[in-house]
Amino acid sequence: MKKIVALMLVAVMVLALVACGDKGEDGEKKGDGLIKVGIINNDPNESGYRTANVNDLKNTFTKANGYEASFFYSLKNEEQIAQADKFITDEVDYLLISAAGTAGWDATLKKAKEAGIKVILFDRTIDADASLYEASIVSDMAKEGQTAVDWLKGKNLETYNIIHIQGAMGSAAQIGRSGALDTEVAANANWNIVVQQTAEWSADKAEEIVQSVINSGESFNVIYAENDDMAKGAMAALDKAGITHGKDGDVIIMGYDCNTYALEYLLKGDWNYDGQCNPFQAGYLDDIIKKLEKGESVQKTIIMDEKGFDCETITEDDVKKYGI
Amino acid sequence: MEENKTPEINPEEKKVVQAPSKPAKSLDWKAIFGKMLHSQMLIPVVAMLALLIFNLVNDPSFFAIKYGPNSVGDNVFTGNLITIFDKGAELAILAIGMTLVTAACGGQDISVGATIAIAGSAILRVVRGSEISPDTLQNPLILGFLVGCLAVIACGAFNGILVAYFKIQPMVATLILFTAGRSIAAWINQNQLPNIKDPTFGYYGGFIPGVPIATPIIISIICFIVIALVLRFTTLGLYAQSVGINEQSSRLNGINPTLIKFITFVILGICVAVCGLIKVSRISTINYSSVAKDIEMDAILAVALGGNALGGGKFSIKASVLGAYVIQLLTTTLYTKKVNSAAISAYKAIVVIILVVISAPVVRELFAKLKVKLSKKMARAGKKVA
Repeated sequence: MKKIVALMLVAVMVLALVACGDKGEDGEKKGDGLIKVGIINNDPNESGYRTANVNDLKNTFTKANGYEASFFYSLKNEEQIAQADKFITDEVDYLLISAAGTAGWDATLKKAKEAGIKVILFDRTIDADASLYEASIVSDMAKEGQTAVDWLKGKNLETYNIIHIQGAMGSAAQIGRSGALDTEVAANANWNIVVQQTAEWSADKAEEIVQSVINSGESFNVIYAENDDMAKGAMAALDKAGITHGKDGDVIIMGYDCNTYALEYLLKGDWNYDGQCNPFQAGYLDDIIKKLEKGESVQKTIIMDEKGFDCETITEDDVKKYGI
Repeated sequence: MEENKTPEINPEEKKVVQAPSKPAKSLDWKAIFGKMLHSQMLIPVVAMLALLIFNLVNDPSFFAIKYGPNSVGDNVFTGNLITIFDKGAELAILAIGMTLVTAACGGQDISVGATIAIAGSAILRVVRGSEISPDTLQNPLILGFLVGCLAVIACGAFNGILVAYFKIQPMVATLILFTAGRSIAAWINQNQLPNIKDPTFGYYGGFIPGVPIATPIIISIICFIVIALVLRFTTLGLYAQSVGINEQSSRLNGINPTLIKFITFVILGICVAVCGLIKVSRISTINYSSVAKDIEMDAILAVALGGNALGGGKFSIKASVLGAYVIQLLTTTLYTKKVNSAAISAYKAIVVIILVVISAPVVRELFAKLKVKLSKKMARAGKKVA
């Protein structure tokens, strides 16, 4: 038994060495005209949004497109910073960062600047001096919320009795998407919040929240869920109670993120609205890098276009193109 | 004194009437009370009654049950009570396995949330076939469930081997899958988010057409019956208990502690598979990071609420299951009262604090002293009367 274990350990060690060797060779391939980029992102398992984001980056930063890209994923800020330092030592040309946390990046970014490495932030911002990075590509969550609330306002209902299901409290998406609705509710007498609860992005909890409102017998006509999963959970509760929803139903269902299933529900008329949170940032990044390579100047903060889909106007092409 | 002794009725008669009935009555009551006090069911029963009375006083409509058509046109029962048994099903099923693991291993499995994600992901992987979002089931659901079962039984076996054979602390051993489980679940479906549109897939988390009771309730009842039969007709319960109390002496008595511990983890694995099926069936899709999030803590709380020693040994699955429903009742009550859902965990924390304090040795000693004092006083009072 002990011998077998020892043999296995030796095998593992040898394999590890071989793996290291491979990496070393890869790292030395320089001067073949490829732009070397280090990409630091969050865990692709986090959500459908992140998966789409990661796949988009992988498909864009390929050798065929003139890039030599290394990827790193972590949900932890410290691990991301450590890897960024490593990328700087490896002398990448560009450092693309979607930071897990907003703080603690100053030293690393300064080091990058000294080494002549250009930093581009995507998806999330960092609390650091703007001179430390070339550009940042962000979603404007407040704008997303405003687009959705404007759409809801355009429905011209007599009264709005809203079940507001929030995401994990304190996240940028939650703050932006809640903010617009809160302002509108405060400004209009006929906009009422029946219940405002966080379901922490979980379908299960959203279902429970809506179920408790239905059981209490209170009337409502709008479900404003801050992501698709929660809207789906809410729909399950409505279905159990036999309450109609969607295009010709009693209750308006609104979601966010444009998951494929959500857009399909829109197409079928089960839901009314879905707001996009654009994960397709690679195109923007590619564009900026090309411009910087040519020596052109770039805009510092780039806010991406984000759509809102309506069940009346959505097409099958939209589902294919924007579904994640 | 003299005045008292000259009452309106004949004292002799009074004695005759009261003598046989009074002691008998008080004795009966004392016995029942004593049994209750020493029963494991005391804490969950009292907690449940307290919550029920609170709701009854606060708003009796909490207990209303409606019978009406759902969106497909079937007549079904809805209402808060139904919600509690429907939504509490997963937790109650998990509590079964968690109690057994706790009893035999003297520790808890904290990977159940992550392994539910694995089970759910495996089930979806099988039924979706080669498509990501098929309109119909590509493979029979029973096959998916069996594969899901195998996957989490393998996880349970992995935990079981670490705990039983390598003698690693259960919480440390299961920490591995707790950390890695959700990534494994995502890997099973290559990070895709399958969405099963076939309505039959939703039966297990919703309603089977023609059946007015939510399916998770039925599934949980089946699980209770199965485990009751297993405990009734096998020696598993006794063995798990004796391994938990004293591993050495159970070995000397011919019980194989390693095997018993391993079996409890496998049983928990089966419970997890059932939960995984219910979870993915509820919404026909999965979110790897949020499915069954924090359920392991609720399951452990259910076991603690059931008055089971978290260090292993004597156990009562009945009490744990009741504890699980108490947690769900608390959650539903708080939702109905529109308490901020982020604060629900704070209320659970209060429950934990009370439980821990009650079961702390210092407090127990205090209670014991109080009891002795009381009984002495009673005895003195009794002597005086006599």
